[in-house]
Amino acid sequence: MTTLTSRPGRRPARLAPWEERPSPAGQLGKGTVVTLIVLAVLGPLYTIVLTSLSPAATVNRAGGLVLVPDGITLEAYRQIFSDTVVSRAVLVSTGVTLAGTLISTGVSVLGAYSLSRPGSFLHRPLLFSILLMFVFFPGIIPVYLMVSGLGLKDSYWSLILPTAVSAFNVVVLRSFFMNIPGEVLDSARIDGAGEWRILWRIVLPMSKAVTAVVAMFYAVGYWNAWFNAMLYIDDTRRWPLALILRQYVVDSNPLPAATAGVTGDAPPTLAIKMAIVVIAVLPALIIYPFVQRHFTKGVIVGAVKG
Amino acid sequence: MTARPIDVESPPARDAHKLTWRAKLRRDRSLLLMNLPMLLLVLAFWWVPALGNVIAFQDYNPYTGGILESPVIGFTNFALLLQDPQFLRAMLNTLSITAFQLVFYFPVPIMLALLLHSIVSARLRAFVQGVVYMPYFFSWVLVVAIFQQMFGGAGLLAQLLRERGHEGVDWMTNSDTFILLITTQTIWKDAGWGAIIFLAALSTIDPNLYEAAAVDGARRWRRLWHITLPGLRPVIVLLLILRLGDALNVGFEQFMLQRSAVGSGASEVFDTFVYWSGLRTGDLGYGAAAGLFKGLVGLLLILAANRVAHALGERGVYSRS
Repeated sequence: MTTLTSRPGRRPARLAPWEERPSPAGQLGKGTVVTLIVLAVLGPLYTIVLTSLSPAATVNRAGGLVLVPDGITLEAYRQIFSDTVVSRAVLVSTGVTLAGTLISTGVSVLGAYSLSRPGSFLHRPLLFSILLMFVFFPGIIPVYLMVSGLGLKDSYWSLILPTAVSAFNVVVLRSFFMNIPGEVLDSARIDGAGEWRILWRIVLPMSKAVTAVVAMFYAVGYWNAWFNAMLYIDDTRRWPLALILRQYVVDSNPLPAATAGVTGDAPPTLAIKMAIVVIAVLPALIIYPFVQRHFTKGVIVGAVKG
Repeated sequence: MTARPIDVESPPARDAHKLTWRAKLRRDRSLLLMNLPMLLLVLAFWWVPALGNVIAFQDYNPYTGGILESPVIGFTNFALLLQDPQFLRAMLNTLSITAFQLVFYFPVPIMLALLLHSIVSARLRAFVQGVVYMPYFFSWVLVVAIFQQMFGGAGLLAQLLRERGHEGVDWMTNSDTFILLITTQTIWKDAGWGAIIFLAALSTIDPNLYEAAAVDGARRWRRLWHITLPGLRPVIVLLLILRLGDALNVGFEQFMLQRSAVGSGASEVFDTFVYWSGLRTGDLGYGAAAGLFKGLVGLLLILAANRVAHALGERGVYSRS
């Protein structure tokens, strides 16, 4: 399946000479389905963004989510960012995401490169230890005991270290590195470059796309992570955004009084809830367009080649 | 960075067996150093916990002894599990959710890929593709929050129904329709992303086959049936087998998050059972036993699925490269 490296899903934009034109009915049907699919994804986002931007009166009149705009205000966002709880959670999530992505990507690139050289010392057992992660998960409780045993409970490290290495991403990187022609690396070696220099100067520049995609996967993972935080973070002041989202938006509970800021003890208004949702979506939406075109290239090669 | 001629003359792969392990250690020390951070993380958060599973065979008490001192009780925990109605319920739920999603989720990415592939305009196709991939990058908390705003008791759907004088519905707390709800959520979140691999497979089908079929008089639907679907067959079979191997993994957050809304009867799956029976009630050995049971059965299923894939001439995912 090496042909998968050529951009999947692409085909010439015009009909081939032997192809018959679609019938009007067929076109209408297909158009309807496509429109419905796009609406199903964008519709909820539209109304959520709109509600978060609407003045309280509009939200009240709509009796819920706002479908028709009627004045725009940033009041909900202003409240969120003057509120210590939510703005702190945004900071925590941002910090964990940045640090985690850096650590994960670095560790994975180094590890994947070291595993991309068959025949090197301990190559097989080291590779095996990664591949085992695919087929067996030790279980929630032993991992939990390990994290508390290391004294990482209520520490930001507990949000990063247990899930820092994703076997999938390592394998994706590794198979990409293995596809780099050996002659290129050999010629660098003849010129006297060591492994570190080869990785930094030759392999990484040739693998920018796949590294970017892997970094994005890690970043999205850290930003979205809810489970680790739920398990390990009891101190509400260290909650990441995902826990706030659960507590405040999904369960509609007021935030714990001890740490509550301005809006803490009042029941959350819909506009504020939706503003939190928007903040939670935003980073993914911002990075997404930049790496989207590399998805198929990076991901499928790795997934299929294993 | 001094030149090391021995590397040039003997790159790792060729005559590795001729070197002593000392020589190899010396030669590959930078590679090993590069592997070290990953190795440490894997040791700490995979190997040690994997070995820590011995507590499943103990009457584990973290306060009066820990792993070394707690009494070993053999398979008692496992025997208790198989009599625990909650555990059996979790098992049944997990399997029925897998079965349900196999029928109602699995074909969706395939159909979506066919639809996307059939869009003639490249720009429109890229746009629609971009839109349908997007929810994959949302977290489950977010997806649940969005669904709640759409289908919950105070959500958009109920709101629109009330405006028209109907009674509002709350799909989010109805345990009878829970399986339908989570499948819808999975489709919304993952189907677009799932289509990628089928799109890749579609792009590898030789266009000459279509032309030949068209010359022979096969129209659109016949070409779909006789060329496109057979072309997709290997990928479909492979993913189907892998999904079966993964039958015990139905996801976790989706169920944790909605457990309080629909109750444990409908939403308890293996992983939530481990969490509640182990961490919440403090019976760590019992929870670990449930987790280990799931892990081992899952391991067997995956290995079996991979073997079947190989037997059918597919690559499988865990094959040696």
